[in-house]
Amino acid sequence: MIGNLDYSTLQHIWWIITSLVGSLFIFLTFVQGGQTLLFTVPRGDEEKTLIINSLGRKWELTFTTLVLFGGALFAAFPKFYATSFGGAYWVWMLILFTFIIQAVSYEYRKKPQNFLGSTTYEAFLFVNGSVGILLIGAAVGTFFTGSSFSLNQYNQVTWQTPYRGLEAARNLFNLSLGLFLVFNARVLGAMYLINNIDHKTLTDRCRKSAWKSFLWSLPFLLYVLVNLLFMQGYARSPETGEIFLQSGKYLQNLVGNPATLVLLLLGLLFVIYAVTITCFKGKNNGIWFGGLGTVLVGLAVFFLAGFNNTAFYPSSYDLQSSLTIYNASSSHYTLTAMTYVALSVPFVLAYIAYVWRQMDSKRLTIAELKSENAEEMY
Amino acid sequence: MVEQIDLTQVNWARAQFALTAMYHWIFVPLTLGLSFLVAFFESIYVRTGNEEWKRLTKFWMTLFGINFAIGVATGIIMEFEFGTNWSNYSWMVGDIFGAPLAAEGIFAFFLEATFFAVMFFGWNRVSKSFHLFSTWMVAVGSNLSALWILVANGWMQFPTGMQFNPDTARFEMQNFWEVLFSPVAISKFTHATSSGFLLASLFVVGISCWYLLQERHQTMAKRSIIVASVFGLLSATYVGFTGDEAAYTVAQKQPMKLAAMEGLYDGQTSAPLVAAGLINSAKLPGDNQQPFAMEIKIPGLLSLLANRDPGSFVPGINDLVFGNRQQHIIGAQEKIEKGKIALELLRTYKESRKSGDQAIADASLKAFGDYQENMGYGYLNSPSEAVPPVGITFYAFHIMVVTGAIFPLVLLLILYFQIRGTLAYQQWLLYLGMLCIPLGYVSQQAGWVLAEVGRQPWAIYGLLPVTVANSNLTSGTVMTTFFLFLGIFTLLLIAEISILAKQINIGPEEN
Repeated sequence: MIGNLDYSTLQHIWWIITSLVGSLFIFLTFVQGGQTLLFTVPRGDEEKTLIINSLGRKWELTFTTLVLFGGALFAAFPKFYATSFGGAYWVWMLILFTFIIQAVSYEYRKKPQNFLGSTTYEAFLFVNGSVGILLIGAAVGTFFTGSSFSLNQYNQVTWQTPYRGLEAARNLFNLSLGLFLVFNARVLGAMYLINNIDHKTLTDRCRKSAWKSFLWSLPFLLYVLVNLLFMQGYARSPETGEIFLQSGKYLQNLVGNPATLVLLLLGLLFVIYAVTITCFKGKNNGIWFGGLGTVLVGLAVFFLAGFNNTAFYPSSYDLQSSLTIYNASSSHYTLTAMTYVALSVPFVLAYIAYVWRQMDSKRLTIAELKSENAEEMY
Repeated sequence: MVEQIDLTQVNWARAQFALTAMYHWIFVPLTLGLSFLVAFFESIYVRTGNEEWKRLTKFWMTLFGINFAIGVATGIIMEFEFGTNWSNYSWMVGDIFGAPLAAEGIFAFFLEATFFAVMFFGWNRVSKSFHLFSTWMVAVGSNLSALWILVANGWMQFPTGMQFNPDTARFEMQNFWEVLFSPVAISKFTHATSSGFLLASLFVVGISCWYLLQERHQTMAKRSIIVASVFGLLSATYVGFTGDEAAYTVAQKQPMKLAAMEGLYDGQTSAPLVAAGLINSAKLPGDNQQPFAMEIKIPGLLSLLANRDPGSFVPGINDLVFGNRQQHIIGAQEKIEKGKIALELLRTYKESRKSGDQAIADASLKAFGDYQENMGYGYLNSPSEAVPPVGITFYAFHIMVVTGAIFPLVLLLILYFQIRGTLAYQQWLLYLGMLCIPLGYVSQQAGWVLAEVGRQPWAIYGLLPVTVANSNLTSGTVMTTFFLFLGIFTLLLIAEISILAKQINIGPEEN
């Protein structure tokens, strides 16, 4: 069946798969959000260590999902990979840098003779959770606001600013999306900890923190949403493939594709519900609703950018260099082969879920940190 | 196709890739092998129920975790570097190269990431058997990820299963299985992973030797030595076989690399292998100088190694640069001329299509078909550019082989004395065992230097030189990120070694 799918269908399927991986990544940034709570929420080293051990069981999932997101983009939309990574060099390099320093921090923070000292590793985690997520948000923002680049006839990219992608963070829309992601990750992080840790006073503080982060996220979310509805977008002519600016493009995408509208509204509702039950009802399962909501909102945002004849990586400098799912994708053959590979995704998700259940059936306590397995703890 | 090539920028980008790859490969081979050793140790624990084996498992697992973290940190940059610094490469071959990378993420990384948490934090949370299963899954996952990335690397060394599409000006995949089961990919995978097993065995044996010298944790050390030296010996044998296979595929698919590995300028029948030698660095292709200041040769061995026939002809650098009619070898000189015609025809094709001149477009496309095989050579300016740095390639190859030959001998001796029960008294051997740890790392690095320097100037062998593969960046930008990575990786390496040393000094917990 997969072998008979036409090119355009495969391009759509792969935009959905890529969007799903990207959205799952945004959900999993609860790890990064949790990392930004380290300096404010816990009282004393014991509580801090508890948080780090709780997050430390999950950080690799987030990290791996980011790597897979990159791999999926490379395989399915290599022109995006080449254009954005090679063009917006600095923004991606800085994002990666924050993930490099994250990767060692859990393991090395508490180990004796760790050369840089615990506080440095904690600071690494904080930078990853704040700067890293902010820049990712700003980079995703350029899916709507566009970047300054041009492609020549051999598709080699020339970036038009010396800031190499960092200019994205100067745009209010991109910045707002980035800040929204940071605060949303903090909300999710707090909700994850509430679900994962057995420590009343600490989780109470997490609830307060979740509420505060949620309030902080609102103005940025509103700014992004309102702008999305009214900004002009980069439309593609279905007949000629030509790119042109169209006012209210994303509003049209939303109305023209009600499924996206449903995803967006449902997602927002789930997040609000999660925050409400976490902060006012004392529930511990907010992370699941918040996570699902985040995934749905993420999907809606990616679909808005890529579907309905829209350029998902537009160039504001040279409209015709803009990337769409049609002109940036791999060949028909590769997309078909990769679709077979993607059939294993449900299996992967299933064993991740199984292991998650096995590992998290008992909540983490300070007592466990001091148990016979203390030397394995972060 | 390329307006101007900024060589300093290309070289900084190469330096950065070399830096990140070499740092990454400090940690990966240990992960590949130690994951299996830990799985062996834990299997023995689960079978015997002996708590001593559990403590032993946990000790090596701690070292595994410290090494694993920095392996992850240095790994993420490599994936994205293809895009950031080799964006033209990414576009031209993303159709083929991206697929194994994505498969790596789906099939391998999630196995590692998911079961790693169980392995370290699941002792009291899951059953004994599920814990053991998880440890094995981490080992399988680590080695599977090596499979996919080495498939990708193998494809760069020997591109197969694809076709050039003149309309998109890039290569497109035609056959996924040909990419996956390419002989170069297979020999890369088997050689690299088994060398990782060997390195990890040397690591475990070396540290255990140190404990014996210190007269601490002696039971644990002896147990570790038995398992690791057997695993190491088996692996070393396999490394030898796969190394022979790798050399054979290099000879068949990358004859220029083989010639550089051996410093062979004039091809010959019954070619001798240079067992050791001092390269004459002033030697250039086509001149009359001697390639070596001094050398020790073994007659006929290179022909045997390269073609499985001691009397066969092995082409040298001069044959490959200038051609050799007698042996039907087309030289780089001629390939460059053909390649330039191919590029010109491609340009004409694209321009005439743009201007709507279909007749010219069709004619140039047809002619392009006859020349496209050598298109990559069209980017080179002189035939000597087709020659990799001979000195580095030669020395890297020989360092790898010589060190590689020492390890099984040391392991065999250690195992012999261990079985006789007198290992603790062989101080010289214990020191030798410790020395094998740094030597193992040198051998590993030399292997990759050989693989990557030896295929210069190509990013994709014969198709795309590094000068065309890179991104359009200023050299200042790449230089800055180079030093940024150099700084952070060095800091993290110091931290890693310091933590490892401390943990080794502490040793396994005592009852």
